[in-house]
Amino acid sequence: MRLFVSEGAPGSLPVLAAAGRAQGRAELLVSTVGPEECVVPFLTRPRVPVLQLDSGNYLFSTSAICRYFFLLSGWEQDDLTNQWLEWEATELQPALSTALYYLVVQGKKGEDVLGPVRRALMHIDHSLSRRSSPFLAGETESLADIVLWGALYPLLQDPSYLPEELGALHSWFQTLSSQEPCQRAAETVLKQQGVLALRPYLQKQPQPCSLEGRVVSNEPEEEELATLSEEEIAVAVAAWEKGLEGLPPLRPQQNPVLPVAGERNVLITSALPYVNNVPHLGNIIGCVLSADVFARYSRLRQWNTLYLCGTDEYGTATETKALEEGLAPQEICDKYHAVHADIYRWFNISFDFFGRTTTPQQTKITQDIFQRLLARGFVLQDTVEQLRCEQCARFLADRFVEGVCPFCGYEEARGDQCDKCGKLINAIELKKPQCKVCRSCPVVRSSQHLFLDLPKLGTRVEEWLERTLPGSDWTPNARFITRSWLRDGLKPRCITRDLKWGTPVPLEGFEDKVFYVWFDATIGYLSITANYTDQWEKWWKNPEQVSLYQFMAKDNVPFHGIVFPSSALGAEDNYTLVSHLIATEYLNYEDGKFSKSRGVGVFGDMAQDTGIPADIWRFYLLYIRPEGQDSAFSWTDMLFKNNSELLNNLGNFINRAGMFVSKFFGGFVPEMVLTSDDQRLLTHVALELQHYHQLLEKVRIRDALRSILTISRHGNQYIQVNEPWKRIKGGEADRQRAGTVTGLAVNIAALLSVMLQPYMPTVSAAIQAQLQLPPPACRALPTGFLCTLPAGHQIGTVSPLFQKLENDQIESLKQRFSGGQAKASPKTAVGLTAAGPQQVQALMEDVAKQGDTVRELKAQKADKNQIAAEVAKLLDLKKQLALAEGRPLETPKGKKKK
Amino acid sequence: IPVLQTNNGPSLTGLTTIAAHLVKQANKEYLLGSTPEEKAVVQQWLEYRVTRVDGRSSKDDICAVLKDLNSYLEDKVYLTGYNFTLADILLYYGLHRFIVDLTVQEKEKYLNVSRWFCHIQHCPGIRQHLSSVVFIKNRLYTNSQ
Repeated sequence: MRLFVSEGAPGSLPVLAAAGRAQGRAELLVSTVGPEECVVPFLTRPRVPVLQLDSGNYLFSTSAICRYFFLLSGWEQDDLTNQWLEWEATELQPALSTALYYLVVQGKKGEDVLGPVRRALMHIDHSLSRRSSPFLAGETESLADIVLWGALYPLLQDPSYLPEELGALHSWFQTLSSQEPCQRAAETVLKQQGVLALRPYLQKQPQPCSLEGRVVSNEPEEEELATLSEEEIAVAVAAWEKGLEGLPPLRPQQNPVLPVAGERNVLITSALPYVNNVPHLGNIIGCVLSADVFARYSRLRQWNTLYLCGTDEYGTATETKALEEGLAPQEICDKYHAVHADIYRWFNISFDFFGRTTTPQQTKITQDIFQRLLARGFVLQDTVEQLRCEQCARFLADRFVEGVCPFCGYEEARGDQCDKCGKLINAIELKKPQCKVCRSCPVVRSSQHLFLDLPKLGTRVEEWLERTLPGSDWTPNARFITRSWLRDGLKPRCITRDLKWGTPVPLEGFEDKVFYVWFDATIGYLSITANYTDQWEKWWKNPEQVSLYQFMAKDNVPFHGIVFPSSALGAEDNYTLVSHLIATEYLNYEDGKFSKSRGVGVFGDMAQDTGIPADIWRFYLLYIRPEGQDSAFSWTDMLFKNNSELLNNLGNFINRAGMFVSKFFGGFVPEMVLTSDDQRLLTHVALELQHYHQLLEKVRIRDALRSILTISRHGNQYIQVNEPWKRIKGGEADRQRAGTVTGLAVNIAALLSVMLQPYMPTVSAAIQAQLQLPPPACRALPTGFLCTLPAGHQIGTVSPLFQKLENDQIESLKQRFSGGQAKASPKTAVGLTAAGPQQVQALMEDVAKQGDTVRELKAQKADKNQIAAEVAKLLDLKKQLALAEGRPLETPKGKKKK
Repeated sequence: IPVLQTNNGPSLTGLTTIAAHLVKQANKEYLLGSTPEEKAVVQQWLEYRVTRVDGRSSKDDICAVLKDLNSYLEDKVYLTGYNFTLADILLYYGLHRFIVDLTVQEKEKYLNVSRWFCHIQHCPGIRQHLSSVVFIKNRLYTNSQ
């Protein structure tokens, strides 16, 4: 028989291992073919590996080939092996080919790769740990082990894709990898190149079909109704009958909120937005909005909750912005702090306090932590060479120097990177460097800097993580990023900068330096609390009693998971460290990224001008929250979700329930006589409520929103089947039935209003006002489904909750935010007030490009009119740049003459 | 995905796994093949059924499956060659919903599949509640001559 293989085809691994394991390779001829060669005459698409049998027949399935080798060696088929192989073909392979495609062909890393296979890996791990044997289907390693090992090897041979917490999988994989046939197969196929050996083959394969049509996983999975046991029904009915009595005691509202011994004290922070940038929708869902949902939920559970955030205000960018706008840095911060506060107020973010980092408390606490680190020997000194502009009397950050690229000679290379050749540049290597602000030539000066000795603190951080991570709700991406930082080894990090706008360094010789923002930005949480209450230490030096939840996008994980904990542990002052680090992936806009400079995407201040209420924005952003993988904002999808989920499902149900009470029962909740069908519905709702609680306790915000929509779907169905509008016209029994259905429905609506509160606070309040829900029931969400609107309760006036979004409206909004508008009217007020550093950057690049065009034309001695036209374009661009930077118009013109 | 709770031992998950288990319970192991080669071929087509036929509803995917099968069956009575096995049964069930919708011309285009399918649906006890698909014996277009 003859085996056909191809360079880098992953299927060769299990096949060669099985051949080596189950029979000698003596009678096996191996031929290598190209990845696009059709070996099997009856298959249209090429496939390898393929085994041609002596009978002339072909085996083209990897598992079937392995099975054949095992059968030849006398092995008998069994159910468990069949089950594993079927699972491998239907579940593991689709997930694995996606992961390998991401890793090998698209060059993605980390959670992007691990995400698709995580569930499959956990399945193997669970099955192994439940069995007493270390192998999948028998006492010794056998067919199932070889097939799965071969499939997984390319991915798992890189330890970063073998999650440590999957201990059983770990040892199974190690055992197999050390066996001789497996080792030899691995060497033959991967050739010591790791997973990259698969690239030539995988590149030629079509994209895995699981990748197609999975751009945004916004679709809810179809729910199936679980079967209910008698006990479950009895428990649900008993809870229902307790009514308002079943509510937990309400926590009195305090000011300030302080931890209470013996209670659940929840401290919630959202990453501090940088003051200069107007946040876009991705920033909003990434931290403040996600944290808000959890804070509101936590308050509904009567947990003692404090939710804090504020603007991060120090640093180079603020200083430069101030120069541009001709204001003092503090004035810039005041101006933009107000912009931020307004946006979050509009989005209904329920901060207990929204502070800022430019306060005396920030200086006091940062300097204290620094002094303690210094006294304990965790701070190093070293000399750093830097460019200094004598005229501006300051050291220049990389992005404020321009010069000639040392590699390609490009004249307008930036201090960190050359735009022409793309090489990374060390600013002091630039030829003819220029200060971007005053255009004079900076000089190289050495400057003393302080470093945080992270390597020395590494063990403490690792020990702390080992204690904290198991059983906590850190998101997988946060775990992954933190682990990979530790694995790659920690390096000392510079914590000082030659700037004025920052927290001063309290050390002789460092009077004209400040702390680098990443060192003191995370201390901002502490100082903001200190500005909220002078008893801030009760929150921040109380790790035994406080659970700290920190929300952020994944780029912020290293500072919250490694750097700040290092400082805090090194300071040895019993600081409260993060218990649950909740990191989101990224939100894209339609098919690309949000871009301030190109005017692409919706930014916080613009959302209000769309005429779409804040709660609809909240709903849609939470519905597509990038939990587990990147997601995308899409206008069309937003329209669809508003019209289907909110209008037709949730809004329709709540409105119908209320209308029936008003129209058929004069506004009074009717008597309810529960039949067994009603009890079953009640139990389904109660179970879904439990599910909602389980998800939110684990901060699975997006998934918990699905539970709300599921309950309202049940409700709609219930009304549809029971037709109270017909029964109300019938006899006594029918009228009673109509009453029961209406009463139960309106109680479900009341429950939904409370479950909805964390997501859509305004809509929730509107429902509660319409139903006249008693105030205690509005403020607490118990674990069971209670009858909070008893018979005889009078409701208020019922009116529709949601509005239909129309296609024209959405199309025009889509146009408005697609970037076309920014080009059409670049000189409007938006340009002046909201030009971020990126916009300036983009314009600078445009100017540079246009400059090149003009120079080229001149060099070619082109037509004068043509040159004049291009020069006019250049001047116009420079004008826009000046406007965006807030400079007077004469400056660029004067400079041009030189 | 079907799950079978057996009387002795843990439950089994997966269509082909359960089918193979029931075949053994019924003492009809010959349906799984008798030689190593036949056994491997049976399992290969069972895998083909759950990965290539199930869950695919796009016309293109199904056309590709029918085209490949048609060319495979050119010189075969059953999927393993001369013996009727579980692979024939499960592939018959999997393909039924597509074959029902084929036009007369398409059935003629996939002549070998049609011959095999018609043969399997007439094996005793196989068709169960499924509708019998009609195949016309005389060809519509005799352009071969």
